[in-house]
Amino acid sequence: MSLMDILMIVVPSTLLWAAPLVFTALGGIFSERSGVVNIGLEGLMVIGAFSSIVFNLTFVDTFGSATPWIALIVAMAAGAVFSLFHAVASITFRADHTVSGVAINLLATGLTLFLVKLIYDKGETGIISQGFRKIDIPILKDIPVIGKIFFQNTYWTSFLAIIVAIIVWFIVFKTPFGLRLRSVGEHPMAADTMGINVTKMRYLGVIISGALGGVGGAVYAQSITSNFSHSTISGQGFMALAAMIFGKWHPLGALGAALFFGFAQSISIIGSSLPFLKEIPNVYLLIAPYVLTILALTGFIGRADAPKAVGTHYIKGSR
Amino acid sequence: MEYVIEMLNIRKEFGGFVANDNITLQLKKGEIHALLGENGAGKSTLMNVLFGLYQPEQGEIRVKGNQVNITNPNIANELGIGMVHQHFMLVDTFTVTENIILGREVTTAGRIDIKKAEQEVRQISERYGLAVDPQAKISDITVGMQQRVEILKTLYRGAEILIFDEPSAVLTPQEIKELMQIMKTLIKEGKSIILITHKLKEIMEVADRCTVIRKGKGIGTVNVSETNPNELASLMVGREVVFKTEKKEAEPKQNVLEVNDLVVKDTRGVSIVNGLTLDVRAGEIVGIAGIDGNGQSELIEAITGLRKSESGSVKLNGKELLNMTPRKITESGVGHIPQDRHKHGLVLNYPIGENIVLQNYYKKPYSKNGVLNFREIYKQAKKIISEFDVRTPSEYTLARALSGGNQQKAIIGREVDRNPDLLIAAQPTRGLDVGAIEFIHKRLIEQRDNGKAVLLLSFELDEIMNVSDRIAVIYEGKIVAVVNPKDTTEQELGLLMAGSNRKEAGEGTHV
Amino acid sequence: MSKRLTGILTPIIAVLLGIIVGTIIMLASGYNPVDAYTALWNGAFGETYYVGEVIRQFTPYILAGLAVAFAFRVGLFNIGVEGQFIVGWLASVWVGVAFDLPRVIHLPLAILAAMVAGALWAFIPGFLKARFRVHEVIVTIMMNYVALHTTNYIIRNVLAAKSGDKTEQIHESASLRSEFLQSITDYSRLHWGIIIAIVCCIIMWFLLERTTRGFELRAVGFNQHAAHYAGMSVNKNIILSMLISGAFAGLAGAMEGLGTFGYAAVKGGFTGVGFEGIAVALLGANTSLGVFFSAILFGILEVGALNMPLEAGVPNELVSIIIALIVFFVASSYIIRIFLDRFSKKEVK
Repeated sequence: MSLMDILMIVVPSTLLWAAPLVFTALGGIFSERSGVVNIGLEGLMVIGAFSSIVFNLTFVDTFGSATPWIALIVAMAAGAVFSLFHAVASITFRADHTVSGVAINLLATGLTLFLVKLIYDKGETGIISQGFRKIDIPILKDIPVIGKIFFQNTYWTSFLAIIVAIIVWFIVFKTPFGLRLRSVGEHPMAADTMGINVTKMRYLGVIISGALGGVGGAVYAQSITSNFSHSTISGQGFMALAAMIFGKWHPLGALGAALFFGFAQSISIIGSSLPFLKEIPNVYLLIAPYVLTILALTGFIGRADAPKAVGTHYIKGSR
Repeated sequence: MEYVIEMLNIRKEFGGFVANDNITLQLKKGEIHALLGENGAGKSTLMNVLFGLYQPEQGEIRVKGNQVNITNPNIANELGIGMVHQHFMLVDTFTVTENIILGREVTTAGRIDIKKAEQEVRQISERYGLAVDPQAKISDITVGMQQRVEILKTLYRGAEILIFDEPSAVLTPQEIKELMQIMKTLIKEGKSIILITHKLKEIMEVADRCTVIRKGKGIGTVNVSETNPNELASLMVGREVVFKTEKKEAEPKQNVLEVNDLVVKDTRGVSIVNGLTLDVRAGEIVGIAGIDGNGQSELIEAITGLRKSESGSVKLNGKELLNMTPRKITESGVGHIPQDRHKHGLVLNYPIGENIVLQNYYKKPYSKNGVLNFREIYKQAKKIISEFDVRTPSEYTLARALSGGNQQKAIIGREVDRNPDLLIAAQPTRGLDVGAIEFIHKRLIEQRDNGKAVLLLSFELDEIMNVSDRIAVIYEGKIVAVVNPKDTTEQELGLLMAGSNRKEAGEGTHV
Repeated sequence: MSKRLTGILTPIIAVLLGIIVGTIIMLASGYNPVDAYTALWNGAFGETYYVGEVIRQFTPYILAGLAVAFAFRVGLFNIGVEGQFIVGWLASVWVGVAFDLPRVIHLPLAILAAMVAGALWAFIPGFLKARFRVHEVIVTIMMNYVALHTTNYIIRNVLAAKSGDKTEQIHESASLRSEFLQSITDYSRLHWGIIIAIVCCIIMWFLLERTTRGFELRAVGFNQHAAHYAGMSVNKNIILSMLISGAFAGLAGAMEGLGTFGYAAVKGGFTGVGFEGIAVALLGANTSLGVFFSAILFGILEVGALNMPLEAGVPNELVSIIIALIVFFVASSYIIRIFLDRFSKKEVK
């Protein structure tokens, strides 16, 4: 097997596995940059995966090949609405953000499986016929070498993820909205004295995280599992959380981390078919994202510092 | 006469406690108007009323002659009132420019035009002589520059009236000089300033007029050119001596506490205690007088082991204690009534009884083989409660449920009953009523009469003058003078605390 | 209204709200709530077999709840109970399979192995918190996944019997199973673990409420500054609390490894016991007694739920929804308290 052959397998596979992580990690950035801890990303992905699959199965006859894309938007809306639970509990009701996140995860799993049984009368949905398909990107696919590795046998969603990451970077670091969002997560009282509505910004942060988490789940379900069951999303959300931290709460950092984790995941699955990776026990690849994140937090790989006010409640007038 | 701000007969209560009682303050256009008063006199409350954080119960506010209703800081901003907060409202991870434009960003096509914003910041900063680097991160610049950013924030929003809340509290002497210059420049540019302070020196240097408040009441407004520091000091503290504690002459014996050349850094890495030397002898009370932020708290934290010291020595009865654990220090005979009783002194969610044995729980008879003996614990608690007159429904009541005075009595009972050679009392009467204050003073003197050494830290000059046998004045992390309370006046102390040397201060008393 | 009464009412109201919302969901989905709750009741108490299963089910919940609660009392949020549970499970089975010893040695040894494994797994976040101030929530989450993948690897590659994704059955000498308990509950899988769980409740209560160590741990949990002032070592107590918390979690794993199953299998995902522990601890207000009762409640709900599809045609996931809602409402107790305060004020008027 030549290096070229290996790259032609590994690169598209990495991009495939990374895309859901990228979307979800970007969502996490919005929430945590505004000061709300979001370990409910897993649950938001579950909601996204569920709603996209159900929509896809129901409306595939109406929308044909456009179905997965419309399902993506549906999942986005579902994730945003569902994240309101987290926003209301952790911002308005002053619940502990972590506990509220745990509840989001429990609720998402319970609710979706309940609905699956209600709708389909069995423990999992059928397989969708119109998922995201492997494609060759026009024009770019013809670039010598690079075209073959990066732009053939790949998915539109992977490139969409990269583009969204760049847009998020622009929003967070180049626009007034981003500046205000970050100020609320760093020093809410300072933001308040500058006339910024802390509660509103935090709600927006959480809702956007819900939307992007929903997209992440929908991408995962419609390109990797093709159906919805209890095991469709198993740890993807927490891995996205890890990517967000490993990327130091920076959109492009999270993109890089998600790509790396996607690489580790895809290698752990296809590694056995690759010559020199066969020897490495895949447990190392499986735990790599988590171990690296712990090391990053500890400061061994450049200190990762969370937004200063993350996890705190802002109560007006108290100092 | 044109007033830009008029606060007329303002009254503000907090649940029965009158923080501002019929106070009037009138700010002329183009003046620096000092608001002078001791800690807790009600200065901040008054300014928070003006800035829209509190609503007054009585009185009215006029801006340029028009009556206004300031219900939140945004309205204050719109009226051209800007506040330079004592605790800076800056986002550390943002640049200078980002902090200034936050909430009023300059954009082109949805994107923050940072170049243009930096240009504007540069313009304002040059106009008012506020040197800043618009691209620097807040976490990388000095405290002085951070303060200039705070000022720029208000100017960027078009403030005409600036409130400076204790602006020199966190600055170095050099930075204070620069700040005074900045204020003068601002006046030249047509701004008006209210300067909240208790530093007489600054008032004499920059202010045009000065309104004095004491214990929530307006004492009056004077022209600075027609007054002197002595008069201001006596206006601030009040001439009448409130209460003279009865005590006999001290009979000091050997040194118990010897602090030599102690250096302690604060969280920012600044040497806040800077080569401090101090002795306390058995049978005397040494009071530390000084303006908040001159290293008092850090000194006490260093002696008690709560904060790491850089260098120097702290000896108790000749034994070195520097950088030992709090437990070792406690066991070698130091009692500590901490400054913040809620943060350090008590576990509020523990019953008062368990708080009584907070340092002794592991000793007999309160425990045996690691198992607590609640009978003994509560027996001890009962004893302290009755001896120190702690008013509580029972010894099982949570410390949280007690009044401040009773919480403090419990702490003092606990510390005194351990019979330490050195008792450190940091602001032991803060926020307490007269009865409790008297009780606590008596107990401190009783310790002294039993041959113990007592170190008292207080921001109340009354208390320092009444209770201490010697007064050590702390300024910028050093003891700058040690005086006998009988040979000094509050005016002299006030000047020493503000950094004047003994000679100047001494002369001051004759003017 | 007194603080104490509010403290007891809040979890009860949270449970009631959870059940009410669950009922609304059933009505909205066209199910009959009365049938569903009857089925749940019958599924938990209808036969002695079910009662045995309920007890078996809540045994690890008690221990997982104690694990979460213990750390909470010292001011730490141990979301890593799931991971500590998994490594404890594997460690107990490993000892149960690898040695051949008399029961009096073998069983305690296997239990001890589970406790040590759980404690070590929790030591890492505790140490990182004490030494580097790294937030324990993220580290424990990450450690959960490391536990999952690592134990799966060990089961597959070191311990697996012929079939490949399951260890051998542990030796009888390391088993918690009890023919007596099985026989009185119509041959449910009830085992001696319940005794261990109850003993642990008492141990936690005694340790926290009656010893000098507990005095320190609680003080650190309430107010680190005051603990430091009083001469206690905050860092030492943080690490210790994670060790003890992890030991409880590991013990919960031993309940499954030595009691219910007698083997460890490769897992596709988490067991959920660790997360259930969070719910149990929250609802039980982080006290031993509270944990005991809320574990029973969740055990009843989970086991009874299995009967809901059979008897009432309602998906058993409804119970997961109710549990999630209870967690929500307990977490939002701020708003329940405000409501209670208003309510009681109105009554006074």
